[in-house]
Amino acid sequence: MNSRSMTEQYASKHGKIYWLFHDSSVIAWRNLLRFRRNPEVLFFDVVQPIIFILLFAFVFGGAIDVGDSSYRSFLIPGIFVQTIAFAGASAAIGLNADMNSGIIDRFKSLPMNTTGVLLGQNLADLVRSVITLFIMSLTGLAIGWRISGGFANAVFAYLLLLAFGFSMAWIGSTIGLSVSSPQVASTAGFAWLFPLTFLSNAFVPTETLPTWLRFFAEWNPITSIVAATRYLFGYPIQIAPDAPFSLQHPIITTIIWLVVITAIFMPLAGKKFRKATSR
Amino acid sequence: MSIAIEANNLVKKYGEVTALDGLSLQVEEGTVFGLLGPNGAGKTTAVRVLTTLLTPDSGSATVAGVDVINDPEHAREIMGLSGQNASVDENLTGIENLVMLGRLFRLPKKEAVMKANDLLERFTLTDASKRIVKTYSGGMRRRLDLAASLIANPNILFLDEPTTGLDPRSRLMMWDVIQNLVNEGTTVLLTTQYLEEADQLANKIAVIDKGKVIAQGTADELKTQVGGERIDVVVAQAQASQAAVALQSMASGKVVVEGEHVQAPVSGGGVKVVEAVRALDMAKIEIKEIQLRRPTLDDVFLSLTGHHAEEIKVEDETVATKKGRK
Ligand SMILES: Nc1ncnc2c1ncn2[C@@H]1O[C@H](COP(=O)(O)OP(=O)(O)O)[C@@H](O)[C@H]1O
Ligand SMILES: [Mg+2]
Repeated sequence: MNSRSMTEQYASKHGKIYWLFHDSSVIAWRNLLRFRRNPEVLFFDVVQPIIFILLFAFVFGGAIDVGDSSYRSFLIPGIFVQTIAFAGASAAIGLNADMNSGIIDRFKSLPMNTTGVLLGQNLADLVRSVITLFIMSLTGLAIGWRISGGFANAVFAYLLLLAFGFSMAWIGSTIGLSVSSPQVASTAGFAWLFPLTFLSNAFVPTETLPTWLRFFAEWNPITSIVAATRYLFGYPIQIAPDAPFSLQHPIITTIIWLVVITAIFMPLAGKKFRKATSR
Repeated sequence: MSIAIEANNLVKKYGEVTALDGLSLQVEEGTVFGLLGPNGAGKTTAVRVLTTLLTPDSGSATVAGVDVINDPEHAREIMGLSGQNASVDENLTGIENLVMLGRLFRLPKKEAVMKANDLLERFTLTDASKRIVKTYSGGMRRRLDLAASLIANPNILFLDEPTTGLDPRSRLMMWDVIQNLVNEGTTVLLTTQYLEEADQLANKIAVIDKGKVIAQGTADELKTQVGGERIDVVVAQAQASQAAVALQSMASGKVVVEGEHVQAPVSGGGVKVVEAVRALDMAKIEIKEIQLRRPTLDDVFLSLTGHHAEEIKVEDETVATKKGRK
C-alpha cells in the first residue's frame, strides 16, 4: 500500500474541523521548536519579563504615589498586560517570515488546510504567553506580590490575560501579513504597542493624565484589562462615582473589547492570509 | 505511451514583463524532460504554473490528465516539487522537517516518522538528521528538499534548477539521486541553465527564451542543430574576418566573429583542431590561442537566436527574489 492510499484511509475517518486543528497543532509544534532554538525568543519570554518586574518594582517602586496600597501590587498586573500585549509582535514577525520564505510553497503543495499556518502561529504564541505569565507570576511572588482576590478570580484573571494575548496576536497577524519585509513587520509589529500601553493605567493612574489624554486612556482596552486583572487579583480599587463605564465595569468592558478585536482581526488576518497564499 | 505533463499556450504576465509567452510542452510518462534556458527565461514561472502555485493569465495545463488550473487540489496529490530555493524550515532538524511534512500530509504519526527515516537514509542524510538545517551544506539542503517532495510518493516530479549553486561533487550526487528516481519510473521535469546537465539527465530537451520554446528535441538532435562542439580561436582583430572565411569550409554551422574571437561549430572532435590549424596556417593567419570545447547553453542560444543568452537585469533579480509573495 502506498502512502497516498494510506493517507486517504486515515483522512477519511475525520472531518474538516478535525483536520484544521490537526494541521494547526502540527504548525504550532513546529513554531514552538523554532522558538526554543531562538535565543532572542528566550530572552523575550523569560529574561525580559523578570527584568521588567524587578526594574519597575525596585526603580519606581516607591516613586509613584498610587494611594495607600503598594505600587508593586498596583504595577504587576500592568506589567503582565504590557508583556502579553507584545505577543502581537511575535505573530507579526513570525507570519511575515513564513510568507517570505519558500516553506509556504511547500505547505501549499500539501493536502493540508493552509489556514493551519495562521492558527498554528497564534496557538504557539498562546503557549508562549502561558510560559511568560508563569515566569512573571513567580518573579512577582518572590518580591512580595500577593494574589488576594480568591482562587476562582485569579484563574479568571489569567484566562482574561491569555484571551487578551490571543486577540492581540490577531492584530499582529494582520500587520505581519500586510507588510512586505520581516524588518518592517518587526518595526510595525511593535510600534503601535508603545503608545497603547503607555497611554493607559498600566503604570500610572489615569487621573494623573491631562484631560485630552485621559479620555483615550480611559477607553483604551489596555486600561480595561489592567483594571479588570487588578480587581480579580484582589488589588483594592477605588472608583470615582463619575468615572466612565469602562472603569466602573472593567471586566465587562474587557470582554467586549476582546470579542470585538478578535471578531474584526481574525477574519481580516484570514482574508489577508488567503490573499497572500492564493495563486 | 501516455502523456504525463502537458502545457498548452501558457501565458503569464507580470506588469510589463511577459514571463510566459505561449509556452507549450508535452512530457511522456516515465521520461525526463529538461527545460533549458538562461536566467529570466521563464523556467520557474512555468514550473510554478504546472505545480498549481501560480495561475496563468491564459492557456491550459494538465498533469496525469488532471487540469492544474481547475482542479489544483487533485493535481497536487499527483506531483512533487523541489523549488529553486529549498523550501524547508531552516530552524528545524532534517528529521523534524520531514516528520512535520509527513504529518501535514496526514500520515499517522508512526508512519510519518518511518517515512522520514526512510527518506533520510535514501538521500544519505541519516547522520545529519538531528542537525538543524541551517548547518547543512547547499547539497544537503537540496537533497532534504527533494526528500520532502517525495513524502507523497509522487509519480511526477518537478525540479527547478536542482543543481544550481552546488559544487561539482554535490552535483554528481544529485544527478545520481535523480537518475535513481527515474529508474523507479518517476516522470521528471527539471529546469537547468546547463546544457551538460540536460544532456546528462534528460530524454528530451526544450530550450526556452523569453517564455517561449525556441527549440525542442533529444540532446543529440539539439547538438546537431547547434553543430556539435566549438573551436574557439583567438587571432589578431584585423585578421578575424579572414580567419572566419578560412574556417567556414570545415565548420558544421555558421562561424561567428566577435572582436578577436572566432568561433566555429564543428563535429568530429580532435581532428578538427588539426584541420583548423592547417586552414589558418594556409591563410597565413597567426593563431594566438585555440581550443576545442563542448557547446554551452550560450552556444545554443547563439545558433538558435543569433544573440547570446541574455544576462539578467538587476531589477529582474530583485523582483525574482520576491516571488514568494505576490
Ligand atoms: N513575481 C514576479 N513579479 C514580477 N516579475 C516576475 C515575477 N516572477 C518572475 N518575474 C519575471 O518573469 C521573468 C521570468 O522569470 P522566471 O520564471 O523566474 O525565470 P527563470 O526561472 O527562467 O530564471 C523574469 O523576467 C522575471 O523577472
Ligand atoms: Mg528560476
